[in-house]
Amino acid sequence: MGKFWALVFLLVPVLGVACFVFAPVYQHWLPIDVSQEGHTIDHLFYFILWLTGVVFVGTEIALFWFMLRYDGAANRKVNYTHGSHSLEIIWTIIPAATLLFIAIYQMNAWADSKIRNPAAGPDGILGTADDMPPTVEVTARQFEWRLRYPGKNGILGDQDDVHVVNDLRLPVQEEILVDLKSADVLHSFFLPNLRVKQDAVPGMKIPVWFRATEKGSFDIVCAELCGWGHYKMKGRVTFVSRGEFDEWLDEKYREQTATVDSQVAQGDVE
Amino acid sequence: MSSITVGHAHDDHAAHAHAGGFLSTYVFSKDHKIIGLQFLFSTLIWFLIGGLLALGIRWQVAWPWAEMPVIGKMLFANEGGQISPEFYTILFTMHATVMIFFVIIPILAGAFGNYLIPLMIGADDMAFPTINMLSYWFMWPAFIAIGSSFFVEGGAAKSGWTSYPPLSLTDWNGQTLWLIGLTLVGVSSMMGSVNYMTTIIQMRAPGMTMFRLPMTIWGMFITAILQAFALPVLTAAGFMQLTDRMFGTGFFIPEGWSVNNAAAASGGGQPLLWQHLFWFYSHPAVYIMILPAMGMVSDIIACFSRKPLFGYKPMVYSIAGIAGLGFIVWGHHMFVSGMNPALGMTFMVSTMMIALPSAIKTFNWLGTVWGGHIQFTTPMLFALSFVAMFIIGGLSGIFMAATPVDIFIHDTYFIVAHFHYVLFAGTAMGVFGAIYFWFPKMFGRMMNETAGKIHFFFTFLFLNGTFFTMHILGVVGFPRRLADPYHYQTFHHLQPLNEFITYCAIGMVAVQVIFAANFILSMFLGPKAGRNPWHANGLEWQAPSPPGHGNFDFQPVIYRGPYEYNSPESSKDYYPQNEPPPGAHPEPPSPPIY
Ligand code: HEM
Ligand SMILES: [Cu+2]
Ligand SMILES: [Cu+2]
Repeated sequence: MGKFWALVFLLVPVLGVACFVFAPVYQHWLPIDVSQEGHTIDHLFYFILWLTGVVFVGTEIALFWFMLRYDGAANRKVNYTHGSHSLEIIWTIIPAATLLFIAIYQMNAWADSKIRNPAAGPDGILGTADDMPPTVEVTARQFEWRLRYPGKNGILGDQDDVHVVNDLRLPVQEEILVDLKSADVLHSFFLPNLRVKQDAVPGMKIPVWFRATEKGSFDIVCAELCGWGHYKMKGRVTFVSRGEFDEWLDEKYREQTATVDSQVAQGDVE
Repeated sequence: MSSITVGHAHDDHAAHAHAGGFLSTYVFSKDHKIIGLQFLFSTLIWFLIGGLLALGIRWQVAWPWAEMPVIGKMLFANEGGQISPEFYTILFTMHATVMIFFVIIPILAGAFGNYLIPLMIGADDMAFPTINMLSYWFMWPAFIAIGSSFFVEGGAAKSGWTSYPPLSLTDWNGQTLWLIGLTLVGVSSMMGSVNYMTTIIQMRAPGMTMFRLPMTIWGMFITAILQAFALPVLTAAGFMQLTDRMFGTGFFIPEGWSVNNAAAASGGGQPLLWQHLFWFYSHPAVYIMILPAMGMVSDIIACFSRKPLFGYKPMVYSIAGIAGLGFIVWGHHMFVSGMNPALGMTFMVSTMMIALPSAIKTFNWLGTVWGGHIQFTTPMLFALSFVAMFIIGGLSGIFMAATPVDIFIHDTYFIVAHFHYVLFAGTAMGVFGAIYFWFPKMFGRMMNETAGKIHFFFTFLFLNGTFFTMHILGVVGFPRRLADPYHYQTFHHLQPLNEFITYCAIGMVAVQVIFAANFILSMFLGPKAGRNPWHANGLEWQAPSPPGHGNFDFQPVIYRGPYEYNSPESSKDYYPQNEPPPGAHPEPPSPPIY
């Protein structure tokens, strides 16, 4: 019977690895990445996948092998021992060093995604005059994404702001800075194809940045529970050339001024 | 019982034991064994309820808006037999709440902690039997609060088990009942943990030094400490949320924020404050949900490997290390919450470090099996599967601890896979093992081995089918908690895989019938178990099965640790903790020194 159970346990590493081998073949894998920085995240993912994969297979096979070999039915002599000091030291130091290495290795990618805010001007200090203005302000609310672009003058919060819902257009190959806000509860601004995720928190304005390297249209997913309609809080982000972007923004502005009265009535303009 | 001297309390207690009628013997009992069994039966019933709620979730994710066969029309007549998006949020909120607060925590501490602690340390009962009884009875108002919340207007809580404000401040009755229920569970846990700590420190039999305690007791002891220090924070946070909801105190809402278009609240609060307080408790709580299982699994593995536990002291130190580090990693649930990203980096480092004691424990379990004489009993299979599965849960933790990767996988099914590997494939499988292992002690009869193995085999297959594949969903970025994910282009093609998962989940719940039947039938019809059917070393196996009031029919004196299997000093392949060595001193060894 021991042999049978050992084989059942062997299924774990075998099918587990198979899962990860076949998933990419059937497109059950990381969605395409169109961002400048996303590949560092993907790289880190693969690095950890390989590392944990080796440990996973190694330990599961060891367990399988011990089950097979030390089956009580085989009646070997028991190795009476309370442990081994040197083994303990080895299997403390090696994982500790590995974990510390991963910890340090990833710091840069994290800093690039969340700490090194491109908005800070050449002086590196936020809140000075030459800081980069946000490309767009995204305000999440139940259950839609409200977008506000600074109009021609590049200043957010005045008369020529352009208002759009759910349809985020952005220029490709440019550093995008989003000011993320929430009007009601928590939401999370998730762009799977740019490896971006950031919660939107009422009372906070959180900077989010990325740069797309390809044109195309992708999902904006809400990734934080925000109520019964959470599932339908879907937006689209579309990356276009600078020219197309300006043209689109102009057109939105014209549409908006034509219907500005009704927009005011809806309380869309602050 | 005003006296605090334990010896005195014990006399008192033994004296009134025989006077009890049915009510005081089986219902309002102060006997730790009866209380343990009360916890066991209650939590197993909630386990069933939690499992059915999970099937509701899986139904919706596999076939959104499809009419539920048979029961759909009964449950959701207004929605034409389908699950509404609102009810879907109730389903996953209550599934997690029930499983965590009514199943895993009370079955570990309440059921096994209660039953095993006095027996394993050689005491006749807990230090505070009355508090012990109350800790069970405080669960009942919680059961009623949470159970009845399904039927109040607006339904049960629907803000997730994490109850993040401001969302949790917007829905009414259900959430209030949820907060009250949780507070009561907290009162129960606190009474339990004070009792366990005191009992383990004060009431060990002569010779039972701390480093002769079985790992089960170490797991329970450290868990009790974790509870005692972490729980007050959750209770305080719960009260703050309650007053925010009832009196508009505004701890968790920012300036000018208004609930459902009501007048703007006074504000001045912060939604992130709740997350810090909540996880300050709930991260240690995930260890509360696994350390006792780790302890029980260690005992089972040593027993059926017929070999001493490999690295007893490193095992103890790593449990303690997990507990210590467990208090400084809570921020890893908040990497993308808007918390200061530099703070995120420090939480990342501490989180990486907490994987270390888990690794050490895994290697020591493997070391225990290595060179052993393995008996493939049902409890052993469950215990081995705990190790095999905990490896997966521990390793997936490293992905999420890596902050940049967590940006992508946070709040996806990768997380769902992770915590089901540690909590279901880990703890719940460990608990099954513990039930099969200690059942003979609890009821004096054996469970059926063949049925046990069939139960193990299918649970093991279905659980991996259900949860391993969720990693793959997570790699695609598939978010958790979506009632209908398929209108996103990115996730549209994932439906067949989700169907597969749902079939596996249905299978997994279905095979628990075998367990239930085996459990109930064996209670009455199983072959009689002697005192020590597994030839184990622990003190509990020296007591009668089931032990009578006061536990031992002799005064236990301890001569050695609990893992002397195949010791050269014994003629048998085991060597009970209390068996005097040949030529032992006639007088018992002095009381424990710490
Ligand atoms: C090897 C050690 C572990 C590491 C490094 C680790 C790491 C993490 C991280 C970073 C998260 C947050 C992920 C996110 O939300 O983005 C997480 C979530 C979680 N972990 Fe672990 N974990 C470990 C072990 C455990 C254990 C032993 C348990 C339970 C017994 C556990 C239960 C959970 C639960 C329940 C959640 C999700 C809570 C929620 O969001 O609903 N983890 N873990
Ligand atoms: Cu949402
Ligand atoms: Cu945690």
